[in-house]
Amino acid sequence: MKGHAMNKFCRLLTMVLLPVASQAVHAALNVLACEPEWAALTQELGGDKVSVYTATTALQDVHHIEARPSLLAKARSADLVICTGAELEVGWLPLLMNQTGNGKIQPGTPGHLEASNFVLKLEVPKLLDRAQGDIHPAGNPHIHLDPHNIARVAEVITDRLSQLDPANAATYQARGKAFQERWQAAIQRWEQEGAPLKGVPVITHHKDMTYLIHWLGMREVGNLEPKPGLPPTAGHLSELFSNMQRDPAKMILRTPFQDPRPSESLASRANIPAVMLPYTVGGDDKAKDLFSLFDDTIQRLLQAAK
Amino acid sequence: MFKFHAAMVAAVLALGLPQMSHATSDAELQSIREEIKQLKQSYETRIEGLEKRLHDAETKATQAEASAAQAQTATVIASARPASESAFNPAVSVVLQGTYNNFSQNPNTFQIGGFMPPGNEGVGDRGFSLGESELNIAANIDPYFRGSLTISLSQDNSVELEEAWFQTLGLSHGFTLKGGRFFSGIGYLNEIHQHAWDFVDAPLAYQVFLGTGPRGNYSDDGLQLKWIAPTDLFIELGAEAGNGNNFPGNGDKNGIGTWSLFSHVGGDIGDSYAYRAGISYLQAWPSDRQYNDTDSVGNPVTNSFSGNSRLWIGDFVLKWAPNGNPTSTNFKLQGEYMHRIETGTLNFDINSALPVPDTYSSHQGGWYLQGVYQFMPRWRVGLRHDQLEAGTINIGQVQNGILPASDFPILISHTPKRNTLMFDYSPSEFSRFRLQYARDQSRPDGVEDNELMLQYIFSLGAHGAHKF
Repeated sequence: MKGHAMNKFCRLLTMVLLPVASQAVHAALNVLACEPEWAALTQELGGDKVSVYTATTALQDVHHIEARPSLLAKARSADLVICTGAELEVGWLPLLMNQTGNGKIQPGTPGHLEASNFVLKLEVPKLLDRAQGDIHPAGNPHIHLDPHNIARVAEVITDRLSQLDPANAATYQARGKAFQERWQAAIQRWEQEGAPLKGVPVITHHKDMTYLIHWLGMREVGNLEPKPGLPPTAGHLSELFSNMQRDPAKMILRTPFQDPRPSESLASRANIPAVMLPYTVGGDDKAKDLFSLFDDTIQRLLQAAK
Repeated sequence: MFKFHAAMVAAVLALGLPQMSHATSDAELQSIREEIKQLKQSYETRIEGLEKRLHDAETKATQAEASAAQAQTATVIASARPASESAFNPAVSVVLQGTYNNFSQNPNTFQIGGFMPPGNEGVGDRGFSLGESELNIAANIDPYFRGSLTISLSQDNSVELEEAWFQTLGLSHGFTLKGGRFFSGIGYLNEIHQHAWDFVDAPLAYQVFLGTGPRGNYSDDGLQLKWIAPTDLFIELGAEAGNGNNFPGNGDKNGIGTWSLFSHVGGDIGDSYAYRAGISYLQAWPSDRQYNDTDSVGNPVTNSFSGNSRLWIGDFVLKWAPNGNPTSTNFKLQGEYMHRIETGTLNFDINSALPVPDTYSSHQGGWYLQGVYQFMPRWRVGLRHDQLEAGTINIGQVQNGILPASDFPILISHTPKRNTLMFDYSPSEFSRFRLQYARDQSRPDGVEDNELMLQYIFSLGAHGAHKF
């Protein structure tokens, strides 16, 4: 009887396995990027030497996605995992590490890269208490909207790709150098274009524009979320509105994955624009890569600041 | 002159300019002066260039210093915690929960008709009840292993070791080995801790086929080997061997007391849908697995089953969220079907002077289907249907005419059903309040129980990562 059941099971396995055996993926370097910005950056730096899969889209709140089976399958075969870190992916990334048994991508190995470890983080909380909302002990993890951070992380990724795939190290170094040149030139351009934004007071939905605001010298005067991670409430919006009488904001910023209703209702009450920024690559039609992401972000901000 | 000339040539060579000819005439001197002038100019240009490079390098150095200072600040921030033994403390999390229950029937008389009772089936206690408080401690042990311990404290002050396992981290090639006490990987709901369930209690099928009780999971002490295929489609195969102490197995046994196999496939359908489906098989050899019943004249009896117990489980879960972003709205559809075949010996009234053993076989099934919809941030509503089919039960004593069927009242064919409606509200990721109402027709006498439950669940400490 035991044997019978076993046989049945084996037949079943064969049925499942045969069609997929031919599907196995082989590329120079399999990279699993947690967010679209790191996927885009790795693609810029690795070219055709890397095969990049993005765990999330620009329309998803990275805090709240799950360790879906598709992600487990990708993590199992990944040579390199590139994530933001600082506990941004705490709800699902640990499962990708310990459910797939992939020794190459465990924390502390060269195949595990957390971008936020390589830049100076803002808003490192002085008080670690969940009464403050869903705060990140290591600091604000949304580092990618300061292009200087992108440049820094690009250096790290270039070195990491070279380390993991030494045969193509020269290519990575050359691509890295070319990217840095183009990127530094673009930063200069953005900083010139964005000069009028200096000092502009803004309200954001979540604390995920902090690095952008910091870079452009804008001022963050409030958040729609009463505490990080808690959805906006009518009471809190009224409070913000009355604060704006004293300390007016010029616009309300949100990402494509955030509910537009709270920012639009407050914006119409205060008669200021509610601006959706692409936030990351793929966040709108124009933000096709990292360069156009910042081009479009600056343009949208300038438009709203007029 | 010769010296000058030599130096000149050397300089020119060094600069890589075209070589000059030997000459001593005035015209030639003039041309040499010209050349020197040009050289001087070229030097000046080069020096200017070098100066600029030096300046640039200095600026860069300052920038580097600044970033080094930043890095230092970062290091300072990172090392703000004093170095101590506690720096390697594992992640600790605590779950506090409690319920307020209102049942129209006495929960102490709860039975599920048509099935051999595992002994822990139930609906919970009336009134205020603390439920399970859970303590989890987990950490990576070294580069090779991860360990986790989960203790649950019940309201009756009893402590239960829910899970205590190690797991390999880097076997690679898709393999993971787990050992210790762990929730079996069979089915879907089984690996999910009760505080992360969408309803207060376990499906009826889990209660009768896996002996989970109303709030538990099926676990075993043993080993689990899992393999994930190197494909884009998620394919997971697993095998477990355990001591078989828990229902449907029981008691002491040398060697392997139970084993199971499971396979799961899963993936995404577009951006908005993700699914997982699977088939599992659990084999146990219960020996003298006892249960309590009443005989035809109303006396309590204890019967026991020995033999072979095989359980098949088919499970699926489908999750939807607009663009894969579950923050505002999302929907989850989940169902499992179980089929069990038991063959062996049923011993009637083992505590009497003359127990009556005879053959026993059963083919029984059960399923549940549930949908949970988050219709706005924080708020969810869910509906679940449970149904069991007592199926075919062949009791030797009855078929041979030795005993009447009424001596086995709990095994009299029945179709237990339950419909459950739930609402929950989650102020944050770490807190949840739930209201649940069920119409339960599990009891063999067909009496309907109306079950109202209010529940709170709070998570403290380390941010847990929940399975899909």
